[in-house]
Amino acid sequence: MTSEQIQKKLAEFYKGVAIEFVAGAKNPVTQAQTGDSCLIVPADKIKDICKTLKTIDQFAFDCLSSLTAVDRPKENRFEVVYHLFSYKHKHTVVLKVFLPRDETAHVETLESLWSCANWLEREVYDLFGIKFDNHSDLRRIMLPDDWVGHPLRKDYKEQEDYHGISTTRPSLLS
Amino acid sequence: MLLNMGPQHPSTHGVIRFVVKTDGEVMSAAVPDVGYLHRSIEKIAEKATYNGFMPWTDRVDYLAAMNCNVAYAMAVEKLAGIEITRRAEYLRVIAMELNRIISHLLAVGSLGMDIGAYTPFVHALREREKVNDLIEELCGQRLTYNYARVGGVIYDMTPNWDKKVIAFMDQFEPLLNEFDRLLTGNKILHKRLGAVGVVTAEEAANYNLVGPNLRGSGVKWDLRKDMPYSVYPELDFQIPVGTGEAGKLGDCFDRYMVRIHEMRESVKILRQCFERIPAGEHQVKVPKKIRPPAGDVYVRNESTRGDLGVYLVSDGSDKAYRVKFRTGSFTAMSIIEKVSRGMMVADLIAFIASLDIVAPEIDR
Amino acid sequence: MLTLKNQLPASVITTKVDDLLNWGRASSLWYMLFGLACCGIEMMQTGGPRADLDRFGSVPRASPRQSDLMIVAGTLTYKMALRTKVLYDQMPEPKYVLSMGSCANCGGLFQPAYSVVKGVDKIIPVDVYVPGCPPRPEALTEGLLKIQEKMRREKFLVRKDSLVA
Repeated sequence: MTSEQIQKKLAEFYKGVAIEFVAGAKNPVTQAQTGDSCLIVPADKIKDICKTLKTIDQFAFDCLSSLTAVDRPKENRFEVVYHLFSYKHKHTVVLKVFLPRDETAHVETLESLWSCANWLEREVYDLFGIKFDNHSDLRRIMLPDDWVGHPLRKDYKEQEDYHGISTTRPSLLS
Repeated sequence: MLLNMGPQHPSTHGVIRFVVKTDGEVMSAAVPDVGYLHRSIEKIAEKATYNGFMPWTDRVDYLAAMNCNVAYAMAVEKLAGIEITRRAEYLRVIAMELNRIISHLLAVGSLGMDIGAYTPFVHALREREKVNDLIEELCGQRLTYNYARVGGVIYDMTPNWDKKVIAFMDQFEPLLNEFDRLLTGNKILHKRLGAVGVVTAEEAANYNLVGPNLRGSGVKWDLRKDMPYSVYPELDFQIPVGTGEAGKLGDCFDRYMVRIHEMRESVKILRQCFERIPAGEHQVKVPKKIRPPAGDVYVRNESTRGDLGVYLVSDGSDKAYRVKFRTGSFTAMSIIEKVSRGMMVADLIAFIASLDIVAPEIDR
Repeated sequence: MLTLKNQLPASVITTKVDDLLNWGRASSLWYMLFGLACCGIEMMQTGGPRADLDRFGSVPRASPRQSDLMIVAGTLTYKMALRTKVLYDQMPEPKYVLSMGSCANCGGLFQPAYSVVKGVDKIIPVDVYVPGCPPRPEALTEGLLKIQEKMRREKFLVRKDSLVA
């Protein structure tokens, strides 16, 4: 099933919920579609929609390929991107959730649906600061526990030193 | 008792820490603690140009560096709409399959070393040296290759390189049988790995295990056959699957056997590639500053540790906006905590070794 | 040399105590397995069959208490830096550090990174730097030989920090 068909079928299940289909990027010369299409889903409905996508047989998305986030300071939002994949039907879908770009950014966890979401969400929390509600163990994973800041944000400023180790090295040439 | 299998440990494959709660020899939990090799590769991708970022993709998984290079190049080429020549595709497949052989050799050798069999590890290192010489002749480096570029590969084969690789393969296949005799038929290995660390097919799909870990649990899934890319549709090879011969389906021995069979299949693929490789250019002309259209793309590549996914977001400029590498070892770590309940400490070592985890894939 | 063959069993060799001790120490440098990243694989290859480190008397040890050389092979992150200092402190004297690869020398390829220590010598004193990314086994062997040369020049028994007065 293509993303457009999935969006149409989902709209039947979720009448009244705005699920927007965005076509992928196009090559400016040949106008062929080269990027991936995605579905933009409201943040409070993501868990229900994912549950539908996992359990209904015509979708059968039994695998969460990837869960990541993108920081868009110009549009003043975080995007949390979910890539779902089905071993049965061999189709993929990309879901995106837009969150406000501040300390209150939070979204429901998908840990109960796919267990691999546990670590993927911890990584997004560590590097972006997006909180996941009802996560069993939300703490930093890549960086030390006493690290300040969320590095993959576009406005991250590196600190001067960490526990006394300075973060720069003077050049021998100057 | 709370034990610390610290970041510096001979058997954790890289700098990974486990906090192990034990009651004598039997564990109640082994909680992994990662991030000791977090080198912020994804942040550096936002500062480097598309072609200039290639050396950093090597370090995402240095044992399968060709696969990481090619995966990143495929993502940029897909988004920018660049088609590469058939010769470049064949050269990429040859490089990736050679890489698969040496990566599996190291995985199997270090699995033997962790169990206590030191000899096969040194045999594996000897074979790796021969392949390192071949790859050094191809691209100039022994470990972090930087071989693929957006638009093809950087160097073509030197004359008679294919004869050298075929000569290597002719003497490697009987050596694999010798390796087999040292390890596979070994009763001690059967006892140490059979029925240890059993991962069922449902758990494997739920925790998103990929590659030989998934195939060891009986799921016949390989991106090269099921969602083929590059020139794999034209090549004839089998997909080995775990059969549960030493105990239960999905145990450590199944994952080990899948790797041994995959090495044989890689040799088959290499022979076919050398027969079929066409003449031509190894690189297409790409603009100096590659500017893909604004958008995102997710490309998957069957790396040695499984499905390596590259999620690339571009904003139309000549630097990437966001790059994410979804690696097989990262999700394999999350299953350790669940499966390790009730295991003994020595079995934990065998389980980690059979999952073939490398630290840079987890931490990037 | 031909005359020595018959005389050696009954002969006496005189040398300085320092030279004898330094020869003994340099010919059995046991290194701690501290392979952090890609350079760790090249360190394993150097200990492997072709560029064999064992012929110099160097064997890998897992524990810092049993080793006198620490080969820092790979990138050091801030999370690992605190543990590196602990491991270095646990090694008994006399101890040496060999910094292998660009990442351990100065941060290397990861200078723009936020989580990488720009050189292991910010934390522990280094004796020999081996450049490369990763250094070839021949380069690491040369580094080891340079440490042996350094040891042979030391006056072991009159070291300032030695407990033997």
